[in-house]
Amino acid sequence: MTETKAKPKKTVAWVEEPQLGFWESTFVPAIMKGLKTTLKHVTDRAPVTQQYPEQKPDLPLHYRGVHRLNRDEEDRVKCVACMMCATACPANCISIEAQAAPPEWPDRDKFPKSFVLDELRCIYCGMCEEACPVDAIELTHIYDLTGETRESLMFDREKLLSVYDKTKDNPRDPVRTRRGILGPAAEFASLPTLGPATVVPDSDRSAKNPTAGVIKGSLGANS
Amino acid sequence: MATVTVNGKEVEIGASERLNCIQAASKVGVEIPAYCWHPALSVVASCRMCLVEVGDKKPDGTVAMQPKLVPGCQTPAKDGTVIISDSQKVKDARKATLEYLLLNHPLDCPTCDQAGECYLQDYSFNYGRGYSRLNEPKNIKPDKTYIGDQITLFTDRCIMCTRCVRFTREVSGSSELQVVSRGSHEEIDIFPGHPVNNPLAGNVVDLCPVGALCSKDFLYQQRVWWLKSQSSVCPGCSTGCSITVDQNEERVYRLHPRTNEKAQGHFMCDEGRFGWKYTHSDQRLTSPEVRTNGHVTSSDFDSVLASVRTALKKAAQGKGKVAAVLSPWMTVEEAYLLADFLKSLSGQVTLAMGPVRIEGKDDQFPKDVKGNVVEPVKFTIRAEKAPNRAGVEAVLSHFAGDVMPFEELLRLSSTGQFSAVYLVGGDPEGWISEIQAEAFSKIETVIVQDILSSPVLKHATHVLPSGTFVEREGVFVNHNGLAQLIRRSVRGPDGTRPDGRLLWELAERSGLIQTDTLRSEIAAAIPALAVISNAELKVNGVLLDETVVAV
Repeated sequence: MTETKAKPKKTVAWVEEPQLGFWESTFVPAIMKGLKTTLKHVTDRAPVTQQYPEQKPDLPLHYRGVHRLNRDEEDRVKCVACMMCATACPANCISIEAQAAPPEWPDRDKFPKSFVLDELRCIYCGMCEEACPVDAIELTHIYDLTGETRESLMFDREKLLSVYDKTKDNPRDPVRTRRGILGPAAEFASLPTLGPATVVPDSDRSAKNPTAGVIKGSLGANS
Repeated sequence: MATVTVNGKEVEIGASERLNCIQAASKVGVEIPAYCWHPALSVVASCRMCLVEVGDKKPDGTVAMQPKLVPGCQTPAKDGTVIISDSQKVKDARKATLEYLLLNHPLDCPTCDQAGECYLQDYSFNYGRGYSRLNEPKNIKPDKTYIGDQITLFTDRCIMCTRCVRFTREVSGSSELQVVSRGSHEEIDIFPGHPVNNPLAGNVVDLCPVGALCSKDFLYQQRVWWLKSQSSVCPGCSTGCSITVDQNEERVYRLHPRTNEKAQGHFMCDEGRFGWKYTHSDQRLTSPEVRTNGHVTSSDFDSVLASVRTALKKAAQGKGKVAAVLSPWMTVEEAYLLADFLKSLSGQVTLAMGPVRIEGKDDQFPKDVKGNVVEPVKFTIRAEKAPNRAGVEAVLSHFAGDVMPFEELLRLSSTGQFSAVYLVGGDPEGWISEIQAEAFSKIETVIVQDILSSPVLKHATHVLPSGTFVEREGVFVNHNGLAQLIRRSVRGPDGTRPDGRLLWELAERSGLIQTDTLRSEIAAAIPALAVISNAELKVNGVLLDETVVAV
């Protein structure tokens, strides 16, 4: 037990009521001030009420509404079915079935055979957008979402692509693509196979290979 | 006893143990990363990931370190060996090795099936640099979609550890895989016209430390972090490979081998690996039935089980006799429950062993090109295609004295001396033929407990849909008398019940089935199975007494 007793501190600060002056005790300035505010509102003709739905409000640019699935340059669905969005989704509203890409798509390993997003279950947190490695899923400014049945708000791949077609030209919904590829390796077409990076004499059969990177002939004086 | 010092900690190594530095370090819990080294394959020391500092402790106490880093997989740990794996020199070497391995790696983790269980990811995270200094375009090799019927090769992801090549040369012996070209043109490929279709082919997918070799069956089905795993045992043959069952949302997606030196080692065969598909078959029996004159009169479990019980009791007290066929696909617990229940009804009950399917001969590996087995044998696919003959026989010989074969029971049945038979199936390939089923056509009460339809079903008066090996829990005893635990991974389809629960309720035991308690009861009742209450059962299994095997 400690014997040192703390001195009681002054915890209550007494505030003296200010003395009323002459004008203040008549209340006239306060009444005039109130009337001034009232008159300002009476004469203000600028409307405050928004005439929704005839007029739609401009929402802030970071507003998160209905999702869309972006298309790439060849109009294919950009999604690579990596399921990062479904993993990141806290509401568990995305279900994807992947399929191996057809042979005509040499730059792709897989694509979503089905992509179903439950717009009713979604909490519009934007985590899917953040998780996507190819910027395929984005949230748009569409907020007035109605449907007659629950099923009609289970958006499938085609529906999500149609949202993209509808919103891609809207300046408020720009395609925010920073990355179009899965790292540099996904663009097979632009990556030539490397040949030997050393000097190869013309007589060597590897010099006849059509691969890039072969330095033909002799370099320097001693070869 | 040899003493090895790992990062300043001393560890004793047994006189008969022949360990390398990686294994010695793992004894004190130090992980030395490695790609190309695998305990079941030969050492090539080609990935250079396991480089460590190694030295020798002289008798006078001084330590002489080797000037260069040496591969831990290739350096034997002997008395006085000093291993240092946490020095700056080793860390720098690992960083450099990983950067080099990742030079031409596409880093397409989002679309790679291995992501989540990939050693490149794990080691990059733990030991890697985190960035690449490569400015040139990557050397991308085209994928080979056909390496085998079940295997596809993403050539660009390969790090050339050659585990798969060594597997086909040393374990399967079929040598389909090879390394073609050299240097940066190096690729894994098959010999033309010789795809990897040997019975052990699926193991190369497990062996691949990166996402280069993928199983076509599992490709793009699931992301691996969604899978929930459960240790179990493969029921495909009497080898009883230890396996892991991976499921998500009540659906099995793959089986893969679990290392267990007591059972099969490190691998499993493709027959077992892909042999679980019947679990999700739409041909499963999903409706319990009581049939009177060919019409279904009842189809809910409570009334069907009550009807089965009444019919069995009536038969046991009447003139006729009761017989039961215990399938080698039952677990020890299920066999015990059924035998115990029937014995409690009547001492005169006839218990017989179900048909044990034998297909050809034991298939041993490795094989040479002519198909001759090369010693030492590293893997055996057994001809006996039933997981628990030994376990059920142990139960039968306890209750019935000797084990009556199925053919003997068929002969007795056709003489018409039984008034009720309880038949347990469970073999997905079918266990009874049309002709054999005729033996049961005249019997008053035929109770069939099975997973799929069979010819005997048309004579059945009671049908009890049961569970497959991923829906049950219990003990399987393999050919060697090794008792291992199978565990429930998924719930069966509606209208089925796991066999253990069915029999527990049939025997009117109180409460829910507790296999742990049941195992203690069996261990106390049957001396031959006394070890199954041992806690080691839940890890790598326990070997039964030799007498059980000899049965």
